[in-house]
Amino acid sequence: MSEIVVLSGKGGAGKTSVTAAFAAMSRNAVLCDLDVDAPDLHILLAPRNSRREPFVAGHLAAIDPARCDGCGECAARCRYGAVSAADRDRFVINPAHCEGCKVCVALCPRQAILFTPRTCGVSAVSDTRYGPFVHARLDPGAENSGRLVALLRQKAKALAKEQGRSLILADGAPGIACPVVSSITGATLAVLVTEPTPSGSHDLGRVAALCDHFKLPTAVLLNKADLNPDEAARIEDACRDAGRPILGQLPYSPDVTAAMAARQTLPEYGGPLAAALAEAWDNVLALAAAPKPQRNLF
Amino acid sequence: MGVMRGGKKGLRLAIASGKGGTGKTTVTAALASVWSQALCRPVLAVDCDVEEPNLHLFLRPVIRRAETAKLEIPMVAEAALCADCGACRELCQFGAVTVMAGKPLVFPEMCHGCGGCLAVCPTGALVAGSRELGRIEEGATETAGYLAGRLRIGEAQSPPLIRAVLARLSKVAEPGADVLIDAPPGVSCPAVTTVSGADAVLLVAEPTPFGIHDFELAVEAFTPLGKPMAVAINRSGPGTPELLALCRGHNLPVVAEIANDRVVAETYARGGLLHEAGAHYRAVCFALARSLAELPQTAREAAHV
Amino acid sequence: MNAIIAVSSEGPTLADAVDPRFGRAAGFVLVDPAGNVSYLDNGSSQAMAHGAGLETARRLADAGVSVVLSGVVGPKAAAALKAAGLTAVEGLDGRTVGEAVAAYRAGQTG
Repeated sequence: MSEIVVLSGKGGAGKTSVTAAFAAMSRNAVLCDLDVDAPDLHILLAPRNSRREPFVAGHLAAIDPARCDGCGECAARCRYGAVSAADRDRFVINPAHCEGCKVCVALCPRQAILFTPRTCGVSAVSDTRYGPFVHARLDPGAENSGRLVALLRQKAKALAKEQGRSLILADGAPGIACPVVSSITGATLAVLVTEPTPSGSHDLGRVAALCDHFKLPTAVLLNKADLNPDEAARIEDACRDAGRPILGQLPYSPDVTAAMAARQTLPEYGGPLAAALAEAWDNVLALAAAPKPQRNLF
Repeated sequence: MGVMRGGKKGLRLAIASGKGGTGKTTVTAALASVWSQALCRPVLAVDCDVEEPNLHLFLRPVIRRAETAKLEIPMVAEAALCADCGACRELCQFGAVTVMAGKPLVFPEMCHGCGGCLAVCPTGALVAGSRELGRIEEGATETAGYLAGRLRIGEAQSPPLIRAVLARLSKVAEPGADVLIDAPPGVSCPAVTTVSGADAVLLVAEPTPFGIHDFELAVEAFTPLGKPMAVAINRSGPGTPELLALCRGHNLPVVAEIANDRVVAETYARGGLLHEAGAHYRAVCFALARSLAELPQTAREAAHV
Repeated sequence: MNAIIAVSSEGPTLADAVDPRFGRAAGFVLVDPAGNVSYLDNGSSQAMAHGAGLETARRLADAGVSVVLSGVVGPKAAAALKAAGLTAVEGLDGRTVGEAVAAYRAGQTG
């Protein structure tokens, strides 16, 4: 089974439009949106028949006002600034800042702090016109995005195994921190979507370094390549030097927004972008199928 | 930290968005460049998008000071001191410390730095150590002060570094200076941590289906923080009326509308700033700076209507 | 060789398949030097939100195991096993428990 995750470092480079296009061309795949913080893939995939499940992870501390005597030990111990004085002899915890570390719970001399499991969002398995779709939404401001990503990947793998599907195709999160790290560990290939802008090439460098750090093979798709052809050429050179295959180039085009507005993937919308994406997708499949170095048993 | 009416304390504005790539950095960089000219007040630009800090690419500041930001985490001082009581393992909610074969074992990258294991270890087998979160850089451009965090590659947690940048901000901001904070994209803990450190919020939104969807998430996430909030529409196009209607529904003032113009995209791609894309855009940036300076006042009045 | 070998397993016997997972394995078949076979259920770790690998490693160390055979052992679990002086061997999935034990013993003597 191969697992392909589409990343970009920088937001707005076209990651989700590219993932949706790949989804439209995929055969026998489980689709997955790992951008649990601001998920958008469902807008193009139109999931139906969703089987939803609350996502419970970690805990939340709350002070029982009846038992709090205002000693302030919790406020002194909390390193997240989540505890503040409600009045002279009572403290309260701001759930938005509570890390769920349990320190206040364990050290409260009056055992006045409750520690309850926290619902951080919802996950779902749905049907789409391109196959099953595993997705989620983290509650605004919630923690544990990395764990939610890990849970979605587990669900996608179980589903692929159960239905005999050979590919998992996932839209990743922007950035390089927990949800991204959680998206890439143990995957087959990362497709890095970038654009020839100062931010695009800077962020490509950081997300590529992260993938290298976790020994995940990468390949690069250059979006909006004609916005700055010189920078595009520099990115291509840098990728070649680093041994990162280039999957293809896409022009800056109003078709991306027009297709989005029509709730269509680019292959459905048609036009020159669809053809370039078809070629890129062939390259992705060839790379994902390349034999991995065999592990030596003993 | 409220805004003082006398104008002694500056405005602290977070520039945020639900979706990445809507133009947060474009807007922050342009504002930082025109702010002091438009308002005759000093300004400090802060990059809290520590995973992918990009502000420096457009502002090109001179860096005067850089430091490593660290998180306090436990380390094993003396394994032989371990009493095998398991208190650290039972307390840790993040799987960062355990006891195996009577010896404490720390997984530094899992630690959230709560300090709990250090507080409960009865023997001193665990002591305070540190993990590098990234770097904090300080400097200036010709028009603005500059402060930024840069997350170490492989570091999974960005909020601790964001908190360190905000703590540094309180030390370096000159009295009376306004502060423009480029926030991380999204609506989860890094973005909320950043926005919590500001007095007012500018949401940069894009009128596409993705942009509108994520704009709604951002409004839902940031409204409970109770800060004055305004909207700048970037890459305005056919979806703009829908976005304007949503802003009206949420009672959010729209303080700028930037066209979906290839010239702007090309200027950005060359590393240029929005107000350099032509006289029209220069006027847009100046007007935006002036409206934002009034935002806390505007919001107070709107709340009293 | 005076070692108890534990194999992550989908069932309680030598004929069951090796469970490719370590922390979330259904259970472990234990084989002592005399060839006695017993089963250690791991269902409680399987259900954990996180930290399953560490909990499993502790369970095996407490059971006096010295060698662990599995499919993939996560980095934290591997560090925990090493700290407790256990040897972990990965990549044994796709076989039965009995075959995995035989392969390990053959690899060790050959």
